[in-house]
Amino acid sequence: MDLVVSRPEGLYCPPGDFYIDPWRKVDRAIITHAHADHARVGHNHYLCAAPGEGVLRTRLGNISLDTLPYGTSTVHNGVKISLHPAGHVLGSCQIRLEYQGHVWVASGDYKVAPDLTCDAFEPVKCHTFITESTFGLPIYRWRSDAEIYAEINAWWAANAALGKASVLYGYSFGKAQRILAGVDSSIGPIVCHSACEGLNKAYRDAGVKLPETLTVSEVLDKSIYKNCLAIAPPAAQGAAWMKRFGNSYSDAFASGWMQLRGGRRRSNVDRGFVMSDHADWPGLMRAIGATGAEQVIVTHGYVQVMVRWLQEQGLNARAFVTEYGGEGEGEQEPAA
Amino acid sequence: MKQFAELFAELDGSTSTLHKVQALKRYFEHAPAEDAAWAVYFLSGGKPKRTVPTRTLREVALQVSGLPDWLFEESYLAVGDLAETIAHVLPTSSTVPSQSQGLAWWMQHRILPLRNLPDEDRIAAVQSCWNELSATERFLFVKLVGGGFRVGVSKLLVTRALAELAVLDAKLVATRMMGFADASNQPTAEQFSALLAVPANSSTGEDPGRLGQPLPFFLAHPLQEEPEELGPLEDWLVEWKYDGIRAQVVKEGGQVWVWSRGEELVSEQFPELQEAFAQWPDGCILDGEILVWQGDAPAGFNALQGRLNRKVVSKKLMADAPVVFLAYDLLRLHGDNMVNLLQRERRTALEKFHASHHEQSTVNAMPRLLLSQSVKAPNWDALKLLREESRGRGVEGFMLKHLASKYGVGRTKADGLWWKWKIDPMTVDCVLVYAQRGHGRRASLYTDYTFAVWETPPASKAQAQEVAQAIANGEKVEDTVARGLPRLVPFAKAYSGLTDEEFKEVDRVIRKHTVDKFGPVRTVVPVLVFELGFEAISRSTRHKSGVAVRFPRMLRIRHDKPLHEADHLAVLEALLPPENAV
Repeated sequence: MDLVVSRPEGLYCPPGDFYIDPWRKVDRAIITHAHADHARVGHNHYLCAAPGEGVLRTRLGNISLDTLPYGTSTVHNGVKISLHPAGHVLGSCQIRLEYQGHVWVASGDYKVAPDLTCDAFEPVKCHTFITESTFGLPIYRWRSDAEIYAEINAWWAANAALGKASVLYGYSFGKAQRILAGVDSSIGPIVCHSACEGLNKAYRDAGVKLPETLTVSEVLDKSIYKNCLAIAPPAAQGAAWMKRFGNSYSDAFASGWMQLRGGRRRSNVDRGFVMSDHADWPGLMRAIGATGAEQVIVTHGYVQVMVRWLQEQGLNARAFVTEYGGEGEGEQEPAA
Repeated sequence: MKQFAELFAELDGSTSTLHKVQALKRYFEHAPAEDAAWAVYFLSGGKPKRTVPTRTLREVALQVSGLPDWLFEESYLAVGDLAETIAHVLPTSSTVPSQSQGLAWWMQHRILPLRNLPDEDRIAAVQSCWNELSATERFLFVKLVGGGFRVGVSKLLVTRALAELAVLDAKLVATRMMGFADASNQPTAEQFSALLAVPANSSTGEDPGRLGQPLPFFLAHPLQEEPEELGPLEDWLVEWKYDGIRAQVVKEGGQVWVWSRGEELVSEQFPELQEAFAQWPDGCILDGEILVWQGDAPAGFNALQGRLNRKVVSKKLMADAPVVFLAYDLLRLHGDNMVNLLQRERRTALEKFHASHHEQSTVNAMPRLLLSQSVKAPNWDALKLLREESRGRGVEGFMLKHLASKYGVGRTKADGLWWKWKIDPMTVDCVLVYAQRGHGRRASLYTDYTFAVWETPPASKAQAQEVAQAIANGEKVEDTVARGLPRLVPFAKAYSGLTDEEFKEVDRVIRKHTVDKFGPVRTVVPVLVFELGFEAISRSTRHKSGVAVRFPRMLRIRHDKPLHEADHLAVLEALLPPENAV
């Protein structure tokens, strides 16, 4: 029995009569995480993991929302639903569905490496696992966060010593906070674009420890534009917001796409830091293996590649056509 | 190797010219001279003969990584660079080298010897090299081995860094660098030191250089404005612009050297030129064009292409496609450099040289030293009329050289002015039918396209749509033709001419209209019409369409042009030069 099928509105659970991260307006939606391609406005009723409430409300405003703490369950139309950490961003979850002895897990976006800003990915045993494949090629292997933070700190410190600001582009929800949580704030002041600052507040309210940050309207002493770390969404590149840093700032991107020289050159920045909120190739393999699933369904990213690879590993693998991957780090959006 | 890898990372990670020059200077100052010599060689475009075939590199990478072939191929498509793909899929090195060896040691002891190993030993040797290298070093290793080393540094930048470091005139360093990166050269510490040495003749700032070394080529700029803006025609030397191989012929120490504009030594590809010029006086350098000559006119570039990169140049080939050297400048005579004389003075000297040496420069009863004609016209308007004859004469337009020009270095305007005044390209409206991903910076986008014209014009808009539908359905071409539908005939590939924005737009359309999902070449439903420009067209038996075009590039996307109005084969054939037409 299929506990999840693909419908024009989104991924649908027939016995439970609800959707998972639907892209068209529906009555009931369970949301894996608050990125825009997974959490859209207009549904009548939402359910998300309790730690994700703040960020989801920050993004979608006044919605009819229920929450469920990680690991606890609720039953809807006979389907037992529980939510488990996905390690992607604050409040991200895998959705475990159990019905008449069948167990399916829809994982949304996930990463298996630890992250200072959210609960660690939890392997959940299931019969069918629904996975992403954003970085589903063996060329994608991440180094530890400690190494990446050290690179960012060294870059920032060197720029500050030369009297230059360090502008680091990263997605405003998730990536920005993960950078903040790990950089060495003793190097200098930190300025955040207003697009990131709203999410910073939601993270702090949820108990995530972030260093002190300023928005540009809070900056009284303009000299900090000569030594600060500035965190901004990729859209700020080339925009008027950048004018305050003058001509002699250094800029960089934090993204999994920075793994490749082509990605770094396309992004047209001084530096690329390889930091992703998605699982790398070994991570995807580890996560899929740990579920013990016999059937794997791939939703977005390098879908054909992952399906063929899993089939060759003896698994029953196929694809769902979805509209995920438009925000953050989809294949079409290599800059983010 | 580690030092060179650090330099590479720094150059690769920077977009600032100033920063790159600083990094180069630091490296050249601190690296051992033998390593720096190889670094100069590679950074200025040197490619040693391939030491390991690409297929062997792939094979070893598959063995070591344990990946299936198709998955490696998909990875390569995403990366767009073999060396980088290999560096990313290999497991982290297991053995830590006791001490890091320099670039020269790696070249001499590990990389160059690979060339002469039997296949099996070579595989083992490559594996053991990878074991001793970090990921960046492995990337560089594959680049150096495969002959595809490139980083965002021009030879000009290397020259500038060396000149600044040694406090020398950049032109002097450029002159010393000529031929340094030729495949046959094995750079040494002595050669590197010679690049930075104090000039032998301190009064002229010149030094003798290596035997047979050419001088830096002076390059022309494309003429954008109307020629009248250049002032009176009397101030200009006007010559036909030929579509051959720009070359310098050096006669020195009893030997003849022929250098291409890419600073490759090509003497052996043109034995008749070596023979013909053997009697020239020692100590001279001429600049000109190598052309295949038939009767009293140049043959098309296709004929010349058949002469390039041959291991053996047969008598038959030399008889079928005889080459000449059409001289247009004299750069050195009896050991004296003439580059600082004016164009008119050099021209007079060249005419004199031609008069006294063209008779002895004959092979197989054919004169091999020709003099570029000085084209005379009373005024610009008359010259414009003459320019219309370009195609018929097998040339690309005019070269305009200011008579008071010195012979400069590279594409500068400081020493004089050379303009190329080319005729407009031929154009045709054609349909995009296949697409392939680009490389490097463009690896994630479909940027390499194949274009087709209709074999016969479609009867109607509906019929053209029917063809598009059949392709979308994956129907075989034979079946559509059997149904009486016209065929699209591929005739050219192009990957330049669009802006980044336009490439993104076309990429989106291609992804939407791709018929198949695997493999590098994607069949695309014919929906996009392009105006394609090219320099020349000739008959070809190698192409299904029966024609080959030269330098095809996209001029614009014709959104205004419906599919059925794209051109057909007869339109292309009408552009063929008279002797080629059927």
